[in-house]
Amino acid sequence: MKILQYTLVTLLSFVVIFLALPENVPVKFNVGTTKINFVINPPAINTTFFGKEIRRDFKTKLGLDLQGGSSLTFEADTSKLKSEDIAEALNSVRDIVERRVNMFGVSEPLVQTIKTGNKHRITVDIPGTSNVSDAVSLIGQTAQLSFKEEGTDSANVATNTPLIMRLTQDTGLTGKDVKRATVVFDQQGGRPQVQLRFNDVGAKLFENVTRKNLGKPVGIFLDFYPISAPIVQSVISGGDAVISGDFTLDQAKQLAIAINSGALPVPIRLVEQRTVGPSLGSIEIQKSIWAGVFGLLMVMFFMIMFYGRLGVISSFALIIYGIISFAIFRVIPVVLTLSGIAGFLLSIGMAVDSNILIFERIKEETRKGRDRDVAIRLGFGRAIDAIKDANITTLIVAFILYNPLSWDFLPTFGLIRGFALTLAIGVLTSLFTGITITRQLLRIFYRQKRN
Amino acid sequence: MIQFIRYRIIYFTFSAIVIGIGLISVITGGLKFSIDFTGGTNLEYKLSQSISLDKVSKIATDLKIEGISAKINKDVLSIRAKPVDDKVEQLFRTRLEKDLSIKVQILRIETVGPVLGRETMIKTGIASLIAIAGILLYLAFTFKSFAFASAAIVALVHDIFVVIGIYSLFSRFWGAEVDTLFVTALLTTMSFSVHDTIIIFDKVREYKRTRGQGDMGTYLDRALSENIVRSLNNSMTIVFMLMALTLLGGSSIRFFAATLLVGTLTGTYSSPFVATPVLYIISEKFRKR
Repeated sequence: MKILQYTLVTLLSFVVIFLALPENVPVKFNVGTTKINFVINPPAINTTFFGKEIRRDFKTKLGLDLQGGSSLTFEADTSKLKSEDIAEALNSVRDIVERRVNMFGVSEPLVQTIKTGNKHRITVDIPGTSNVSDAVSLIGQTAQLSFKEEGTDSANVATNTPLIMRLTQDTGLTGKDVKRATVVFDQQGGRPQVQLRFNDVGAKLFENVTRKNLGKPVGIFLDFYPISAPIVQSVISGGDAVISGDFTLDQAKQLAIAINSGALPVPIRLVEQRTVGPSLGSIEIQKSIWAGVFGLLMVMFFMIMFYGRLGVISSFALIIYGIISFAIFRVIPVVLTLSGIAGFLLSIGMAVDSNILIFERIKEETRKGRDRDVAIRLGFGRAIDAIKDANITTLIVAFILYNPLSWDFLPTFGLIRGFALTLAIGVLTSLFTGITITRQLLRIFYRQKRN
Repeated sequence: MIQFIRYRIIYFTFSAIVIGIGLISVITGGLKFSIDFTGGTNLEYKLSQSISLDKVSKIATDLKIEGISAKINKDVLSIRAKPVDDKVEQLFRTRLEKDLSIKVQILRIETVGPVLGRETMIKTGIASLIAIAGILLYLAFTFKSFAFASAAIVALVHDIFVVIGIYSLFSRFWGAEVDTLFVTALLTTMSFSVHDTIIIFDKVREYKRTRGQGDMGTYLDRALSENIVRSLNNSMTIVFMLMALTLLGGSSIRFFAATLLVGTLTGTYSSPFVATPVLYIISEKFRKR
């Protein structure tokens, strides 16, 4: 039994340490004549399990406030929808938004719909964008492409009205009839253009439009903004068209994206935006790490000064506690935000609490003249009740702040959630390490010397 | 054994002074609400060189950015204003770069719509009420005694007042704003506050069980004398951590850490010096009847 227990503990320790390995630390040294040169990284799983692909790496996930990026909240105007259609409409909005953000070339965007009361919102988390403004306008666009021709009464209108103003008549051809838009380059000047490929209906419509307006201008509008108004040179029947204009490459790309992703079924409006530049995040990480290290050292120093050998044991338990929590953060995975790190550091301070409770109880029992072994046993028994009691209120508060069931009368903010989650995990882990690990360490290192 | 209860008037006076200063500061307008609650825009830029605020305000007025208040700290420009559209922000940034011939780097942009701000205010209010109710229910459950529970609640309310009051001083002197992180810190403080009180009261209950209905004052003094070291040590470790975070940690959580620090200190103080004497007073009143 004993052997089984020890192997299990050793095995678990290896797994935990392996999971908590630092990222990208190069190791270079020589052993005799062999050169050792590799990079330490936490493990990653990349296998197939019963035909299902499993891919997970155990690197630390950083929140937008630490790695830099934007968090955007849009509110959907659902006033014109029937209540039974809302859910479906919002899902399609989410898909379109996701497609638009993906095409913007962002890695791992997170798009979610949130319902609060009778309001519907869409949150978009975009890591590492440098230009939020572009992203916002791209996401929020209603992006409806339309083709217009000169109004029938325009012959009577004075010819000095600007061309765009004269293009008032809808042709019936819209973005829905476009199968695909791509960026191509003009053969003479190499200037970027957007090529449209129509579907069958669109191809016919376009053919009709070009026939009707031969030698006349046809306006191409995106959301009522004119993009270009070329003069039709010939009837085009192949189902291909090119929008040329004075585009930069980026503008052409955005236009293609907007046309491809189609119109949003529900208009959305930006209500909240939080952007953190990448440089701020890395400064804050560095500062937090220093604060953590410094605080930890102070706590250890204090414990050793005050409790001597018991203090050394609890410092050791504290380090084990830190490693276990960190491994848990990676496994879940917990997205670490700045307030999340604060919650973790706070929980380190609190984790020592259970050790102090136990030590004081042990001291009390020893003062009563009991044998050290007995004192440890009794001290633990007495302390455990108080430890449980004391941590419950923290867990209650963490529960309300995290709002795990997403009740819509409670706030759900990344900032607070990060704090609540790491605090709760910290408290739960410290219940485990405070009781189990300290006990084992005491049993091994704090035995009474028998004559 | 130390005679704690005897000097209760000193503790009460001390608490009254701290809370009094804080409340005066709150009443005279010492609490600023952040854009989390009021709606608005916060901009934080890193500049290649320091500039004068007049020019910044002039550009802001040109672009019709309203309600602006700007600060410069070394090379960091912080601006708070009424909600600003992202396009206007971009325009503002390019104008800064062009007109003042400097380089501007985005540190942070936050915009919260006014509707959302109001909603957040209501929701955090509800969350706080639920947290208080949860803690009260838990107290009623563990103590099953009116006197014990109400003494713990008095200490809890004491801590809430201290934290709000001191935060208003932070707000007045260093420009701290009441945001969602502050509310979080306040709720965490409440859980701390109860935590220490429970451990002391738990001792008293143990004496009552083992020694019968003796003199409450003696029991309380005893419980305090036995627990004061543990209670102080425990808070010290938390204080070390929070102190490190406040002094060395990132700027965006500095006030958060400082608030938690104040919360820990008052939470530790209130258990022996508020909750315990109040429990004594309540139980004396009941005995005389």
